[in-house]
Amino acid sequence: MTYIAKPKIVHEGLARNALGYTIRDYEGGMSTLCAGCGHDSVTAAIVQAFFELDIPPHSVGKMSGIGCSSKTPAYFLAASHGFNSVHGRMPSIATGASAANRGLHLLGVSGDGDSLSIGLGQFAHAIRRNLNMTYVLENNGVYGLTKGQFSASADVGTKAKKGEVNEQQPIDSVQMAMAQGGTFVARSFSGDKEQLVPLLKAAFKHDGFALVDVLSPCVTFNDHESSTKSYAYTRQFFHRAIHLDYIPPAKEIKAAYDEGDVMPVELHDGSRILLRKVSKEYSVNNRGAALDYIRTHQRRGEIVTGLLYIDESEPDMHGINQTTAKPLSELPFDALCPGSDALADLQNRFR
Amino acid sequence: MSGRSKSRVNDFVVRLANVNGTGSASANGLLMKAIFRMGIPVMGKNFFPSNIQGLPTWYEIRITKDAHLARSGRVDIMVAMNAETYQKDLREVSPGGTLIYDSTWPRNSVLSRPDITILGVPLARMCNEKFGNARARILMKNMAYVGALAALLELDRDVIKQLVEEMFAAKKALVPSNMDAIELGYNYAIENFECPLPTRVEPMDKTAGHIMIDGNTAAALGCVYAGATVGAWYPITPSTSLMDAFKGFAERYRKDPKTGDRNFCIVQAEDELSAIGIVLGASWNGARSFTPTSGPGLSLMNEFIGFAYFAELPAVLFDVQRVGPSTGMPTRTQQGDILAAAYASHGDTRHVLLFPANPKECFELSVKAFDLADRLQTPVIVLLDLDIGMNDWMCEDLEWDDSYQPDRGKVLSAEELEEAEKFYRYLDSDGDGIPYRTYPGVHPKGAYFVRGSGHNKYGAYTEEADEYKEVVDRLCRKWETAAELIPDPVIRKSGKPTDLAIVSVGSCDYAVTEAIAILAERGIALDYLRVKAFPFGDKVEEFLENHDRVFVVEQNRDAQLKSLLTLETDYPKERMTSVLNYSGLPIDCRCIVDAIEQAAAKGVAA
Repeated sequence: MTYIAKPKIVHEGLARNALGYTIRDYEGGMSTLCAGCGHDSVTAAIVQAFFELDIPPHSVGKMSGIGCSSKTPAYFLAASHGFNSVHGRMPSIATGASAANRGLHLLGVSGDGDSLSIGLGQFAHAIRRNLNMTYVLENNGVYGLTKGQFSASADVGTKAKKGEVNEQQPIDSVQMAMAQGGTFVARSFSGDKEQLVPLLKAAFKHDGFALVDVLSPCVTFNDHESSTKSYAYTRQFFHRAIHLDYIPPAKEIKAAYDEGDVMPVELHDGSRILLRKVSKEYSVNNRGAALDYIRTHQRRGEIVTGLLYIDESEPDMHGINQTTAKPLSELPFDALCPGSDALADLQNRFR
Repeated sequence: MSGRSKSRVNDFVVRLANVNGTGSASANGLLMKAIFRMGIPVMGKNFFPSNIQGLPTWYEIRITKDAHLARSGRVDIMVAMNAETYQKDLREVSPGGTLIYDSTWPRNSVLSRPDITILGVPLARMCNEKFGNARARILMKNMAYVGALAALLELDRDVIKQLVEEMFAAKKALVPSNMDAIELGYNYAIENFECPLPTRVEPMDKTAGHIMIDGNTAAALGCVYAGATVGAWYPITPSTSLMDAFKGFAERYRKDPKTGDRNFCIVQAEDELSAIGIVLGASWNGARSFTPTSGPGLSLMNEFIGFAYFAELPAVLFDVQRVGPSTGMPTRTQQGDILAAAYASHGDTRHVLLFPANPKECFELSVKAFDLADRLQTPVIVLLDLDIGMNDWMCEDLEWDDSYQPDRGKVLSAEELEEAEKFYRYLDSDGDGIPYRTYPGVHPKGAYFVRGSGHNKYGAYTEEADEYKEVVDRLCRKWETAAELIPDPVIRKSGKPTDLAIVSVGSCDYAVTEAIAILAERGIALDYLRVKAFPFGDKVEEFLENHDRVFVVEQNRDAQLKSLLTLETDYPKERMTSVLNYSGLPIDCRCIVDAIEQAAAKGVAA
């Protein structure tokens, strides 16, 4: 991925988080994406979320596959460990990273090409093993780097820039994650930072696989009139089912909410999210009803956004494996090697 | 009855022709173990189908007082339990040999041979009379032929009883019925035949200090002892038992007895593309990680193997080779992945390979693979094959040096990073082509971007020709360093001055050793080098230069080792002659002896 160093200028008055970092410490290189690309707004939201979460940048593993979206880890968290893997295979790298080092905070950024075609299998299986990571899927319905082919998320009837019409059914990452047993499923819009930042924070604090699908229009290849993934279309038809506020641990809930409208969910580290229903009939922990709601609105051409489903009770990959609490990569060799006596003893089995 | 009188004490081959899924494997294993416990060197090879039940399967046991632990090409005693393959089995008995069959049903007199002894034992009838349960009747036929062989070969019945008790340690109630079945066969043979046969066993004391173990189990044990904590895999024959064994050992040695917490994480991935990705994600984070696979899996892993080579991540792969191309014959053996492994992935790539020749080396080279991968920050592929991986081999006891400490290579600690002014990932500070690396999360100064795209020595993205070339040229320097670190080849001089040599690899070893002994008796002296690693290193080069004619013995059609020697050494290919076995069955010494004798006759070897 292309990388242009960005001069780091820190004004004296710039706010600092609990660790003493400014927001500049969470930025990366200059973006080389097209001007107006939705992905750059997602990058800005990630920067904001991590700054506000007080996470040391070097404790984050940011990873991606191949494509425009997969370039973006170069544009945020310059002080984090990065891993730009091969096309569609970031989830396996993340699985290995988590297996070895459960202390590392994993943030994956992918796209609809990377996740829903070549990487569909890896995406599904990361959900299946409830890998503890935040998975941001920047969804624009086209292949950008190879210049405008439809992706698997393109809606039926969508016209490509050159006039070709898509007639194949779309694969919807959100519905798929729900069906696969995903424990945190969210959708947002790159143009809705107010919604996206708290969603990312909650996703990051979720113990397990957290999908945040972000509609992120491609200004160059898929922002025209007959596209269902353009800024204009998304702005017109996105439907906030639910609003989420993220409350860090030990912080009082101060905002005034009408009881009944607000549902608090406690996350594993003691932080909470407060869910405010915009739509009365929406239920965030009923998988079947949530899917039904999404589909009903989809038929009307509407895109339901917000935290669509959450389940904090399912164990993640390490919970299922009952892996020891300390990261495996930090275990001393003595704890791993059974030694010569054990070997001598074992060999009696083979005589 | 010609040849009947020739005595072959402790030097013969028993082949058992069975139907798979009938429980013959445990009976045949019991037979081999009994001979091993009587102190006689023994070899066992399983020729099995890619199927669960109903297809032909053979088990070959060689009793070999001189410890020639390869196939000899002979069949002295055939136990023909499969009517479907009877004709073929009859044909393959060596002249003077014996065939034992189930005489419950009459055999057509056409299915006979004047030059061998044919003994009928009514195994099914006896078992049907003795046992009521239908499944038991099938299983007990196997134990009954073990009994008949015990009488004919003079096996130690106490040893057999002991083994049966061990076999059913968890289901003690099954011991008496199995012993009854053995007695049925034993008594029938004693009453009806002249026991023992001239071809029989006599106790020796040549198996002390040895074990019987398969290479996959030994390699898995190596992973445990090397401190591997993350294993990722996709089931594929013949590598599956490697991860099964690792899991078994890890459950035993790596689990907190009180809490049940595991000091390991095994991920059964969705495919091999993912399995290798998991290995790389783990090694990026400083865990020793590995994946066992076979040819088709290695093909799928190519993209990530190239990534690991270029981004410089350690990885240990075990390729338990089977017959290719494509699905090929999944349960048959071959050394067909040598070239595919050496140059796996697109672009300029070369990978460190290790070639164990027996289970003991599987254990040792498994540990070595992790040290090399960490030191060189690159994938290391251990090439086993189905023969080593899945057959039980007699080998010397495994040894472990408690002073061993893993070589984790050039990894900067938090303290070192704290003191460093700045960290750059791909600088060659030491001139050996190996840069320094960091683990994620250790220190803010250690952060860098792992990428498969073009990068300069500082780790930043580049499309500049000079910067790109600087990095890939350094990788060549690293390759030279690898050549100094890999294990030496095994060289055995003939004891006489000779210009002739054999170069071979992996599981060909015992067949080559036996062939050299036979050829020496016939006046052809051969030196022998067995490569243990790629890059080959100076010692291989030097050995080749010192011989005018080199026979390259390997188990594939296209002479892949010879090709690799041609590409990677200065030795002229005109002076190499291939001896190839690619039948899918383990190589026997006869094909090597024949090929070299023919070459000698034609003057090629002069």
